[in-house]
Amino acid sequence: MSLGYLLRRVGMFLLVVWVAASINFVIPRLARGDPIQAQFAQLETLGIRTSGMDQVVAAYKNRLGLDRPMVEQYFSYLWNVARFDFGPSITYFPADIGRLIVQRLPWTIGLLTASTIIAFIVGNLLGALLGWPGSSRWVKWLVPVLMPLSAIPYYLLGLILIFTFAFTFKLFPLGGAYSTGAKIELAPAFTLDILYHSILPALSIVLSVTGFWMLGMRGMMVTNMGEDYMIMAEAKGLSPLRIFLRYAMRNAMLPQVTGLALTFGGIIAGSVLVEVIFDYPGMGWILWRAIRNTDYFLIQGIVFVLVVSVALAMLVLDLIYPFVDRRIVYVRR
Amino acid sequence: MSAASAAPSTTESRSLETWSRRREWISYGRRNPTLVAGLSIITVIVVFGLLAPFIIDQDATRTTAFSKDLSPSLDHPLGTDSFGRDMLALIIVGTPQTVKIGLIAGFMALIIGSALGFIQGFYRGPIGTSVRGITDITLTIPALLILITVASQVRQVTVESMAIIIALLAWPGTTRAIGSQVLSMRERAFVPIARFNGMSGPEIIFKELMPNMLPYLGASFVAAVSTAILFAIGLEVLGLGPQTTNTLGMTIYWSQLHSAVIRGLWWWWLSPMVVIVLLFIGLFLISHGLDELANPRLRRRV
Repeated sequence: MSLGYLLRRVGMFLLVVWVAASINFVIPRLARGDPIQAQFAQLETLGIRTSGMDQVVAAYKNRLGLDRPMVEQYFSYLWNVARFDFGPSITYFPADIGRLIVQRLPWTIGLLTASTIIAFIVGNLLGALLGWPGSSRWVKWLVPVLMPLSAIPYYLLGLILIFTFAFTFKLFPLGGAYSTGAKIELAPAFTLDILYHSILPALSIVLSVTGFWMLGMRGMMVTNMGEDYMIMAEAKGLSPLRIFLRYAMRNAMLPQVTGLALTFGGIIAGSVLVEVIFDYPGMGWILWRAIRNTDYFLIQGIVFVLVVSVALAMLVLDLIYPFVDRRIVYVRR
Repeated sequence: MSAASAAPSTTESRSLETWSRRREWISYGRRNPTLVAGLSIITVIVVFGLLAPFIIDQDATRTTAFSKDLSPSLDHPLGTDSFGRDMLALIIVGTPQTVKIGLIAGFMALIIGSALGFIQGFYRGPIGTSVRGITDITLTIPALLILITVASQVRQVTVESMAIIIALLAWPGTTRAIGSQVLSMRERAFVPIARFNGMSGPEIIFKELMPNMLPYLGASFVAAVSTAILFAIGLEVLGLGPQTTNTLGMTIYWSQLHSAVIRGLWWWWLSPMVVIVLLFIGLFLISHGLDELANPRLRRRV
């Protein structure tokens, strides 16, 4: 990997973060003149009033410095954002927005990472089997079963899962990340409790994403079948399992890894909604509360952190990719 | 076909022509059942929506029109919700609203996306590079998250304003798809030939590339509509949708707000969901069918 590629990729990441931060700065100022007054006027019409509202207004006036010139406001805003300092939340005043987000982030990252990896592995395996001439007939039935599922948004699938497995058959909890009253600690019982609660939300993501990976992998397998190295492997008399795993699947997988980076944004946006449906205490859960309370600064903070996470995940995948696929040489166009 | 149209227009030849053309359509439909299935699903939903004002009584969607939380019965085939509204009427009124958001936003996204796609694929140098840069950045930022920021600022959204906001962020997918197609097409022989004949860039785009891209544009439009509906429902479930319009997503939002799932009121959330799922599957099948139409090599493979 050349230094030029590394620099270009990191530069792209910083550009994305800067654009996201600037959008957050511009939009409220486009909509109305004074973001604070407008925000609180709206809260009053909705009848939401936290105790010590004047205190919140004063804190924000001081923070945003609206009497200063716009350029100065912009740079002090960027400086704050760079340190992940989003100020106090309106709903949970005086709780710091950054702190609220940090408390929620692990839940979302855990749920998402687990379900994305499971869906990626299962989908690619199934897709590989679909594109493999020697696989049994029943695999073909997966296409009509999994394809409609991938057309359904995850959160709607979640509703069906809750109704069937939690409400009707009472096999799983209705929502939440752990049983009420459970002691939050690093004990096996609590870990199991968390896993138990995360099965349905994870399943709703896995079920709908698997079909996507499956189709992509099937296409790649089919084009790989005619390659010379496949004939070579067969001529060498290698076992079919070895040919399948080490020759066909390994080579077909590579473009799928790039696909992983591209789908990440969609997966994170969908999982925000899954959390709302399952009352799962991650980023989506607090976002939903922030929207209900028109806590605009909290919404901004959450959106910004999520955008940065997606961009960071894509950056990491892009940097890993040249190591996974040695055929790829990055050259200047 | 050209021989038939050149023939004198006797009734016999004309009926022969329409007959053979119809047979052509049918035989193509038989080869591409995906497209036919998708088109039929969407047609049924749209016809359903167009007939809406004639078959249902608007009063049935007012709050407290009936008793609350009735399970499906002969009077209310899909039951009533916790506001006392008839679910069947609500679905019939809501479906065209959701489709409308999809069509407005999808069409706008297609215009923006394909314009940028043609520029990005066709022009080299600073123009193409800068458009490609903008698309890459927009693709990296999850659109739904930015939509949440925008929609939470514009509090009183309507179906139309929501469609416009969504369109502003739904185009990058179209741009990427069209851009890569144009990129491969501009290397074909007919483009340099057109250039030698003195055609300008925009002329080549509109007269030479555009006609060849029609199936792709169709598939992109369908994909854009489906993305737009997905975004719209996402916003609505979060409570950022048009509060006074009964779109399908808003119906799910209200059912969620009133804990319909754990209260066992399955008809409240299941009815809008079935229509949404049918919409997505229909659009998905159409776009796959159009892909097959555009790319015959796929036909052999599938």
